[in-house]
Amino acid sequence: MRSKKNYIILTFHTTQEAFACEKRCAERGLPGRLIPLPGEIDAGCGLSWRVPTEDYRAEDFSALGLSFEKIVPFMM
Amino acid sequence: MIYFDNAATTLRKPPEVGEAVLRAMETCGNAGRGFHGPMLNASRLLYETREKLAAFFGVGDPSRIAFASSVTDALNIAVSGLVRPGDHVITTACEHNSVLRPLYRKAEEGALLSILPADEQGRLDYEAFDALFSEATRYVFVQHASNLTGNFVDIARMADCAHRHGAILICDAAQTAGAYPIDVKELGIDVLCFTGHKSLLGPQGTGGIYVREGIEIAPFRVGGSGVHSYDRHQPAEMPTVLEAGTQNVPGIAGLGAAIDYLSMVGAGTIYKAETSLADQFLCGIRDIPGVRLYGDFSAADRMPIVSLNIGNLDSGQVSEYLWEDYEICVRSGAHCAPLLHKALGTEKTGAVRFSFSHYNTADEVRCAVRAIAEIASGEC
Repeated sequence: MRSKKNYIILTFHTTQEAFACEKRCAERGLPGRLIPLPGEIDAGCGLSWRVPTEDYRAEDFSALGLSFEKIVPFMM
Repeated sequence: MIYFDNAATTLRKPPEVGEAVLRAMETCGNAGRGFHGPMLNASRLLYETREKLAAFFGVGDPSRIAFASSVTDALNIAVSGLVRPGDHVITTACEHNSVLRPLYRKAEEGALLSILPADEQGRLDYEAFDALFSEATRYVFVQHASNLTGNFVDIARMADCAHRHGAILICDAAQTAGAYPIDVKELGIDVLCFTGHKSLLGPQGTGGIYVREGIEIAPFRVGGSGVHSYDRHQPAEMPTVLEAGTQNVPGIAGLGAAIDYLSMVGAGTIYKAETSLADQFLCGIRDIPGVRLYGDFSAADRMPIVSLNIGNLDSGQVSEYLWEDYEICVRSGAHCAPLLHKALGTEKTGAVRFSFSHYNTADEVRCAVRAIAEIASGEC
């Protein structure tokens, strides 16, 4: 059985923004990856960006120039 | 074979276009549906191609571009999603049926339609354009350049006039996108409709529509979007609002590869090469007895299109001679531009259209000139 960990989940209004996030994070070496939006979170796009809580720095992600729909802590 | 029907579709593409199509067919799933590697490949490909198109057309936000299956599809999206009964719409006599027929249908449903006439050389009267506006005028649909004469429309001037009257300008860039630089902000274009398979050098079945921020187009096509599946309505955000259903991922992959090629070579460079070939052809045929040319050849800028007739020959007959005797491909007939043919006086005969690609050569043009001279000598 997989052990659960704490993450920060960033959600998007559109799929376009999700892939813009992936591209910009890769360019800047920011942590995380795209995952399907967890069913417990309501958001516009079916994809979300998952970052281990210990690696998440809010200022790095706000500097990406994206309008995240939600930024929520989530255990999974 | 010599191919001079590039205004219909470009036959020769950069080799990387076909390679990208095949690679996408072998690696891409359905974009935006589910979560796995092939789906992500497809979604990334759409994202990247949208970004390339945005940079190519001077669009700041790539999400304002939706993919379409052709420029006809894009224009139908614009007409059906914008024009309502009672709206006054202005278009021109130079337009293709991909604009005229959707607008005629809207006129039958209660929209008011004005058509700016063209003279016998296919030129528009810009002074008369201003006088067509009324308080009910909402939209102007106009092409960037004619698919029959190659003459440009002064889009910036018409956009300025439309905006002064509070109207939105929708531009049909079927003939120019890829072969002539387009910056939507510089030209004042509110909605840009383009096809991928002509001068953008992509596969058939591709195209798109740019919609300026602040303009909402109600989609005529609704359905699967991969998001908000329990909502009864199509998601309202661009580009999802205009992209119901599975996208043509292999085609869009090819279009992306074509944009890479065009960005490397430069639309301005391609335009110079193509107009040089068109000028060579024009110089070779214009003094041949019996040859009649159509359009305004005094214009400084023209798309690489030359339309003509020979003596009393039907244009279809000439195109058959060219194919059967010389293996030269051209387009005869009405070119889906009925009002412009009426203005040019070629409603009955049609015209023979030569349209050039930068892949054509000076030798091929010389062959075409010789062919026209021989056909004309037999006729005159």
